Amino acid sequence: MDRIPILKLGSALLVTIQVDMHDRLATALEEDLTNKIVQHNAHGVLIDISSLEIVDSFIGRMLDNIAAVSRVLDAETVVVGMRPAVAITLVELGLSLTGVKTALNVERGMALIDRKRESYVVDDDHVE
Amino acid sequence: MAATNLSSLSQVIGDNEAKVLTEWMSLLREAGALQTGRIKEAELQTQARGFLDLLRKALSTGADSLSAPPYEPVKRLLSEISQSRAVQGFSPTETATFVFSLKQPVFGVLNRSGFDPLAVAQLTWQTTVLLDQLGLFTMEVYQKSREEVIVRQQREIAELSTPVVKLWDGILALPLIGTLDSQRTQVVMENMLQTIVEQAAEIAIIDITGVPTVDTLTAQHLLKTVAAARLMGADCIISGIRPQIAQTMVHLGVELNVISKATLADAFALALRRLNRAVVSVKPVAAAGDTKSAS
Repeated sequence: MDRIPILKLGSALLVTIQVDMHDRLATALEEDLTNKIVQHNAHGVLIDISSLEIVDSFIGRMLDNIAAVSRVLDAETVVVGMRPAVAITLVELGLSLTGVKTALNVERGMALIDRKRESYVVDDDHVE
Repeated sequence: MAATNLSSLSQVIGDNEAKVLTEWMSLLREAGALQTGRIKEAELQTQARGFLDLLRKALSTGADSLSAPPYEPVKRLLSEISQSRAVQGFSPTETATFVFSLKQPVFGVLNRSGFDPLAVAQLTWQTTVLLDQLGLFTMEVYQKSREEVIVRQQREIAELSTPVVKLWDGILALPLIGTLDSQRTQVVMENMLQTIVEQAAEIAIIDITGVPTVDTLTAQHLLKTVAAARLMGADCIISGIRPQIAQTMVHLGVELNVISKATLADAFALALRRLNRAVVSVKPVAAAGDTKSAS
């Protein structure tokens, strides 16, 4: 069975989704990622979905799940590179992924994780 | 009973074509078709001649219903004329008069045709029915063309009034003007998200100074836009909520769980601070009002 590769990048993990996600692949990814977080003691997870063109509620829920699981294991999840059309679809589906951090591209996502690690302030986003 | 069908009418018109045309033209001129200067006499004459010619051909087949195939060319020409009138801005009356004013000259030549009175009466009635149908058809096409114009204008207004402006590197502004319905929200959202990608923007300021009312539906649309921007990794600030609107929103129980600022300037200042930039005044020399951003 196909698996989505998970790369270690410093203290973070990078997942680049480049194929159409079907449900079994998504479940496998969730499982693999959880194991890898523990194995590498990762503090951040970057999920690059810039080549993902089709999303459904299942994928949306998977992203939310991954974020929740990572949070339990003290890792920050950042979804990066979402396409405009995908963003609109998710919003229309009523999934605004409130538990997930987002960034425009991998670089910014990485910066976001680093900043969180350094400052150790839980939520500096909403400081005036 | 020499002639009671429409083919004989065609004959009569054919014999007196020049006369009918002249009379028709003078009637059109009296009705003021040329006064506005939107159409030239030569053009009007060409249209009139073409129409009369096609009508005569259709009549010669003897068909008396507009849905009959011989009338197809007539209808096509009329549609063309009617459409161009609608675009040129003619009034409905002016457009319909083009067909209806043909009655008088046609009745004129019928009366002088020398048919027996009964036949003339019969033909007059048939012609009236036919020309009325043509007139109504003209109006229908005219109306449809006007509606198309309106739809196109609506689309253009929707696009014109949803600009996405770059205020600074990484800061976008969306000044919204007019009511925010779901269709416009869609356009706004698409424009904004596209620009976020293009400009690699981090902050988008949605300014609703120009939105007349904010009800629960509008608020929901705003929140959708904010959520979509967040998914793309950009933060949203809402600005320009007018005092009355703020009151209405609180009364309605509408909650925008987004950072909001009173004015676009405040929102911009916050955005700059987020990006670790500041606007500072420069003290010395002439350029007193000049401002400069330091990163």
